[in-house]
Amino acid sequence: MMTDNTNFNSFQKQRNKEEMKRQLITFVLMIGFTIVAFAIVATGSMQKMFAVPLLLIMAVVQVGFQFYYFMHMKDKGHEFPSLMIYGGVWAAILTIAALVAIVWW
Amino acid sequence: MSTATAQKRGFGAVLWDYLTTVDHKKIAHLYLFGGGFFFILGGLEALLIRIQLIKPENDFLSAGLYNEMITMHGTTMIFLAAMPLLLALMNAIMPLQIGARDVAFPFLNALGFWLFMLGGLLLNLSWIMGDAPDSGWTAYTPLATESPGHGLDYYVLGLQISGAGTLMGGINFLATIVTMRAPGMTYMRMPLFTWTTFVTSTLILFAFPALTVGLFLLMFDRMFDSAFFDVTLGGNSIIWQHLFWIFGHPEVYILILPVFGIFSEVFATFSKKRLFGYTAMVFATMLIAFLGFMVWAHHMFTVGLGPVANSIFAVATMAIAVPTGIKIFNWLATMWGGNITVSTAMLYALGFIPSFTIGGMTGVMLASSVADYQYHDSYFVVAHFHYVIVGGTVFGILAGLHYWWPKMFGRVLNETLGKITFWLFFFGFHLTFFIQHFLGLMGMPRRYWVFLKDQDLDLGNLISSLGALLMGVGGILFLINIIYTAAKGEKASADPFDGRTLEWAVSSPPPYYNFKQLPLVRGLDSLWIEKREGNGKLKPAEPLGDVHMPNGSILPFIMSVGFTIAGVGFIYQPDNRTWLLAVFIGMGIALGSMLIRSLKDDHGYYISKEELEKEAD
Repeated sequence: MMTDNTNFNSFQKQRNKEEMKRQLITFVLMIGFTIVAFAIVATGSMQKMFAVPLLLIMAVVQVGFQFYYFMHMKDKGHEFPSLMIYGGVWAAILTIAALVAIVWW
Repeated sequence: MSTATAQKRGFGAVLWDYLTTVDHKKIAHLYLFGGGFFFILGGLEALLIRIQLIKPENDFLSAGLYNEMITMHGTTMIFLAAMPLLLALMNAIMPLQIGARDVAFPFLNALGFWLFMLGGLLLNLSWIMGDAPDSGWTAYTPLATESPGHGLDYYVLGLQISGAGTLMGGINFLATIVTMRAPGMTYMRMPLFTWTTFVTSTLILFAFPALTVGLFLLMFDRMFDSAFFDVTLGGNSIIWQHLFWIFGHPEVYILILPVFGIFSEVFATFSKKRLFGYTAMVFATMLIAFLGFMVWAHHMFTVGLGPVANSIFAVATMAIAVPTGIKIFNWLATMWGGNITVSTAMLYALGFIPSFTIGGMTGVMLASSVADYQYHDSYFVVAHFHYVIVGGTVFGILAGLHYWWPKMFGRVLNETLGKITFWLFFFGFHLTFFIQHFLGLMGMPRRYWVFLKDQDLDLGNLISSLGALLMGVGGILFLINIIYTAAKGEKASADPFDGRTLEWAVSSPPPYYNFKQLPLVRGLDSLWIEKREGNGKLKPAEPLGDVHMPNGSILPFIMSVGFTIAGVGFIYQPDNRTWLLAVFIGMGIALGSMLIRSLKDDHGYYISKEELEKEAD
């Protein structure tokens, strides 16, 4: 019994350590992305045609990090929140697409 | 803390109890009284409208007052009457149906109610202050941005505050249903009313933000000289229509889906049969909700979106008739071969099917974008949406109230009075609105305060107004029934209608902790299963133990008062900057209350096992 417990604890410890590592890596990446985004705009080194999509892509990746790592959507038992979030994203995309197509196009 | 012993309490104690309550059953009472109050208000406005239109060129109401009347009738009925009355039933019944002791966030539940109530009162304060909103319940720009006076400011702030309350309610119900179902209550064992509450809450969650955004833009345009909707400064007034209907179309499903749930319970109970096609009903509900987000532009066919957009939205709209049709046939099949009892609740359900089907049929007619050019802004539209909202939502609320009144108040509503009310209301309703289809087809436009004589509109309008009076009599009779029942009604047993679902397993009204032990659910219609295969009692899923309960709090009320004071400040600050003081004071009160709530730990209290053992079953 005693040994089982220590085994479990060491397993848990190992997992927590890896989880912490992942959190730190994503955190650093997100800060990096933010710095890059600011740098692109501040220095004006990139043409608008290229800068805007790049900024959007980096924003999407950051949202992904936020959802999957910081809000634990990658873990088990988050099927329902995922469904709701993707439902919301779907409703929002639909709305924006329709507005763009009808109002401004 | 226990108030189990029945004793007379003073008025002050009762008032304080309701001001501070976080119990879902008492919040349901509050929603019922609040929504009922606004329903009477909206009903009186409807009667004034019909008196004005009783004869040609009537001068009962002036043109401006008439505009305010139709605007406030629509806004009040949708936001402040129909939705809160549905939230009342959801609050009262849904936690019981899933075997929970309360909703997930009791404090938030109370806050949601008080925001709705004070937002609604703020909106109606405009009557007393002398200019009510007058741009129609849809508040189309530029009419709404150009409307003089403060009427539209009341509309914006009142709806913003009450809308925040509704959004909280929706999120709360979602969290409750996802996390607090009793052991064994899988998703596909949930009663249909719980399912529709769940799907409706999803709609609230996704639809209300569009209204919030729209209202903020309108507020900035009116108060802070922005130009989101001002064409002369590069804005676009059509965006308001889009935002409003992106919210507004899901909103009409927010009104109808819960009553689909109510009728499903009523049909199953009073036919003594399992609901026909349960799985199809669940998926039809989801499909309606899903499609509901892709059809908003059918309110805007005549705006000039072009034939492609119009066709897409027309086809999407017609597609909704399919899941709705599935539901209608499933209800008919539930009754088929059943042992039917025609109680008052069942009468409303029976009256609902033909009434709502007519409304659905005119809906498909309106969905045809080509024909819509003819119907648009005529009384045909007015007839259509009253057939679905009164014939659907109001019948559903009345059915739900008759069905669940014993569970909410411990007494059964008088059946004789109830049946007389139904027939008066049913005939009054069809008399009022059926003829309006033809008035519309003959060319009578909606929202006009007079019509000329000898254009074949006289008789139709007279009939319509007489029908409205009949509905008014029906409404008064319902109030008499409530008072009569409160005074002399028979005490209800736990299960007066031989019910099938969990809420009938606890006493009427339920004890404040709902379930002594959380029940074990063995299938769909869990109580019915125990009646057939067990001893008629639900098996407990846990040993008797301490029950954790939340403490009451006055903070939700104070917070809402703060936001309302800030709202009044926002409305009048363009006139005089000293009104900003009200904004600061109000926001100070609201944010201060939030701070107290965040910093002060409140872990609730426990009802001890011994205390529970003492109480009778």
